[in-house]
Amino acid sequence: MKDQALVQMALYAALVAALGLIPPVPFVTGIPITAQTLGVMLAGVMLGPRRGFLSMLLFVGVVALGAPLLSGGRGGLGVFASPTAGFIIGFPVAAQVAGYVARLLQRQSILIAAGVGAFVGGILVLYVFGIVGFKLVTGSEWLRSVQVMAVYVPGDSVKVVLTALVAQAVYKGLPGAVATRQA
Amino acid sequence: MMTLYVHRQSWLHRQPAGLKLLVLMATSVALYALTSLWTAGAALIAVILAYRSLGPAGWTYLWVVKPLLPMFILIFVVQTWSQSVSAAILMLLRMLTLIWLANLVTLTTRMDAMMDAVMPILSPFRRVGVAPHRIAFTVALFVRFVPVLMAVLNSLLEAWKSRGGGRAVWRLAIPMLINAIRMSDHVAQALAARGGVRSPETPVSMVQPQ
Repeated sequence: MKDQALVQMALYAALVAALGLIPPVPFVTGIPITAQTLGVMLAGVMLGPRRGFLSMLLFVGVVALGAPLLSGGRGGLGVFASPTAGFIIGFPVAAQVAGYVARLLQRQSILIAAGVGAFVGGILVLYVFGIVGFKLVTGSEWLRSVQVMAVYVPGDSVKVVLTALVAQAVYKGLPGAVATRQA
Repeated sequence: MMTLYVHRQSWLHRQPAGLKLLVLMATSVALYALTSLWTAGAALIAVILAYRSLGPAGWTYLWVVKPLLPMFILIFVVQTWSQSVSAAILMLLRMLTLIWLANLVTLTTRMDAMMDAVMPILSPFRRVGVAPHRIAFTVALFVRFVPVLMAVLNSLLEAWKSRGGGRAVWRLAIPMLINAIRMSDHVAQALAARGGVRSPETPVSMVQPQ
């Protein structure tokens, strides 16, 4: 792994942390929506599957070590016992799948490739982790777990669109920065 | 440095990080074997007393769960509705015990001690070509980037507000990311100019420019 790849991985991990600064928007049920999964989707789409995965692994690992980098200043090992633990553990795989799908679609326009990648990785895959985690932590039934987690879907759909728009804009400005666009 | 660690002298601070992690793992498994409200309640009280043993201000650290409160209420309601009140209480007791216990480990263990404790688990990465000193370098760079990017985001937010703001704050994501990528390119160039990430064993004179 080249030095530049290490710098990029550190950068996107830090981006996810910085996005946690944006105050969470309280949604209907009182569950806040954070901007952090936007960073996860971007890491996958911009870095590609391998670097995206390792970058998010770095983020999750440092949070586990005790850095308060999740939105609302959460962090430490307690996070992994909370009902949303599955989502956080799923960050690396979500970024990996987002990058993989975006790379598969590189013949399509970047808007479509990034959007579909972010949707599959950041919603489909991440929710599988989120729901399994919620079920394991709370012991709820499958159906209940799915219902509770469903409240996050509208906010995350907005982030999918954002990822596509941001990836498109960055690709115009800095084409070399989108790793999933080079064969 | 940003961390949830609290510098104190307490009996918990003196325990080795590896031991604390093992106890935490064992407890997380054992908690799910508890089916009576009384034993689960006793476990929770034991954890709360452990916070108290940190000193008079120990109680205040229990507030870490504050951001989770709405979630807890929702889960409690759903669980009561789908199963029973006692099942809902048992679940909350387990969850609180585990979150507080895990947080207690974080509060009383320095980040570098924690890193040393998990380094043996990272060693298989060496086989796929990622040496531990490169992992350590990336962690250090990440920790350094966080405040820099937060400053970038803050300055963009202030510029946005001073120009009248508006609802489309998301637009800031684009200059934010472009700024960040430019910065990381400069860092990568500076790193290459200094001979790259150096292994602690390599003397400076042996470093080949890339």
